Amino acid sequence: MASQLDRETVLKVARLGRLKLADHEVDDYLNKLGQILTYVEQLNEVDTEDVEPMAHAVELQNVFREDVVRPSLPRDLALSNAPKTDGQFFLVPQIIDAGG
Amino acid sequence: MHTTTIIGLEVHVQLQTKTKVFCGCTTAFNPTQPNVQTCPVCLGLPGSLPVLNREAFTLAVKTAMALNCAISPYTKWDRKQYYYPDLPKGYQISQYDLPFSEDGFVELEPLETEEGTGETRRIGIIRAHLEEDAGKNTHDDSGRKADSQVDLNRAGTPLVEIVSQPDLRSPSEARRYLEELKLLLTYLGVSDCNMQEGSLRCDANVNLHIHTDDGHKIPTPIVEVKNLNSFRNVELAIEYEEKRQLEQWKKTGQKIGDVAKETRGFDAARGVTFAQRGKEEASDYRYFPDPDLVPVIVSEEFLEGIRSSLCEFPADRRKRLAAAYQLSTYDASVIVGQGLEFAEYYEEVAKLCGDGKQASNWVTQDVLREMNERNQTIAQFPLRAAVLGNLLGRITSKQITIKSAREVFATLLSETHARQVLSSHQIDQIIAEKGLALVTDTGAIEQAIADVVAKNPKIVADFKGGKQGAIGPLVGQVMKAVKGADPAVVRNLIAEKINSM
Repeated sequence: MASQLDRETVLKVARLGRLKLADHEVDDYLNKLGQILTYVEQLNEVDTEDVEPMAHAVELQNVFREDVVRPSLPRDLALSNAPKTDGQFFLVPQIIDAGG
Repeated sequence: MHTTTIIGLEVHVQLQTKTKVFCGCTTAFNPTQPNVQTCPVCLGLPGSLPVLNREAFTLAVKTAMALNCAISPYTKWDRKQYYYPDLPKGYQISQYDLPFSEDGFVELEPLETEEGTGETRRIGIIRAHLEEDAGKNTHDDSGRKADSQVDLNRAGTPLVEIVSQPDLRSPSEARRYLEELKLLLTYLGVSDCNMQEGSLRCDANVNLHIHTDDGHKIPTPIVEVKNLNSFRNVELAIEYEEKRQLEQWKKTGQKIGDVAKETRGFDAARGVTFAQRGKEEASDYRYFPDPDLVPVIVSEEFLEGIRSSLCEFPADRRKRLAAAYQLSTYDASVIVGQGLEFAEYYEEVAKLCGDGKQASNWVTQDVLREMNERNQTIAQFPLRAAVLGNLLGRITSKQITIKSAREVFATLLSETHARQVLSSHQIDQIIAEKGLALVTDTGAIEQAIADVVAKNPKIVADFKGGKQGAIGPLVGQVMKAVKGADPAVVRNLIAEKINSM
């Protein structure tokens, strides 16, 4: 079954991912994402009537670390990848909405 | 027409761990040194791997047990995806469909009012889950539109989010729920609940049910008031919403479902809530299981280990204190409400002096008053329970009067210097110096009574004429002459003396 992917959905996904797509890119992703969805949709053909839902792909469980402080990064190193800093803080364009 | 206010609270509580929930960075509150408590994990750098802090999970389970929640045998972590500058990974590690606990409750003590004692209120808890905190943004409010500053020291600190049912019915009840929650969590030592440092934060979901005169019930649209940073502000914000939503309904007639859920902030300076621009498609968090973190399967042994380490809950302690020491529920509530150390202090005093009621009077009045005047906690208070218990024991055994004990209490405290711990030995000294020991030498008392009665024929006549209160001044005079006499004994002796005349 062909998926119902449309341009609007592609644009919404792009917007959620903060991606700006040119028109031809929208067409390109519509095609590529559609192929992925079609491939994954094959799973719909499997009978999963008596199969427990799987919440996680890894077999491991209960991996913990102890509550022991380890050295943090020096500030200059922590800030070194940031596009903009004042030497103390990460700087970002002013956030108008104070809610978070 | 009348209205009912419907309130549900979402509370974020910071757990008292040494390190963050998924990495070994310290959780110390350190706003003056930004960005010195980060590492590749909490900065969200590629290739880093988060690993769950065992202590954070243990404290979270303790919290859920205190909230009477069911602990899920299987729990996992999910990515909640949104973009905000204080969220370095572009997602928050949280719990979506399989939180570690759900379906609990908090009980609120019945309120005692002039109309009598109310009912115990049971506030449902929908769920409690474990997640990581974001960093902190600081905005330039000079008006020059400078960049916002981001400090990620706090990013990755363990939080338990506690979501209540919409069971709260008034601003003051919301406040009482928060107070009970804070008491519970500080008792258990899972959080310090320090609101100034952001260890306890609250969002309130509020709407009204408008009951019209023709029998209809109209719910108004639900509003979420975010980031309330004090209990008082929670109360004020809800009070404001009650008025605003009623006016809004009268103006527009809008009811629930007509408009999207609105997010508002609270301006404490002006005492009003204000509309916040909604995050773009905020509801589309696209949760999915975090592949970096493995599920936790909780065994019965693990739960039993935690259960056996739990201290007595405040509600149980109130009941026990009231029964064991013959206290009123009010007194028991005051004692328990002051925190775990205060309740321990009280019990030690009560046991030592052998009179729970006497101990309660002193601890809830004298000790609390002095603590507040000195701006001290009970742990800092110089008069330790052993010494106060010793002092009050002397009242019980009739060595000194309550009045004398107050004098000793005041003298002891006035003599304290910083960090000096008071001893019972000093009580003996003060009693001796001030001659406060209860005089049991009846000869001295009888002599004083004879003198006083002889000098006050008018009062004697009044008393004989039926004025019971007339002998008050005589008691005072005898007490002055024989320091440390028991006023009740003196009063009886004077009455006997006059009646025999």
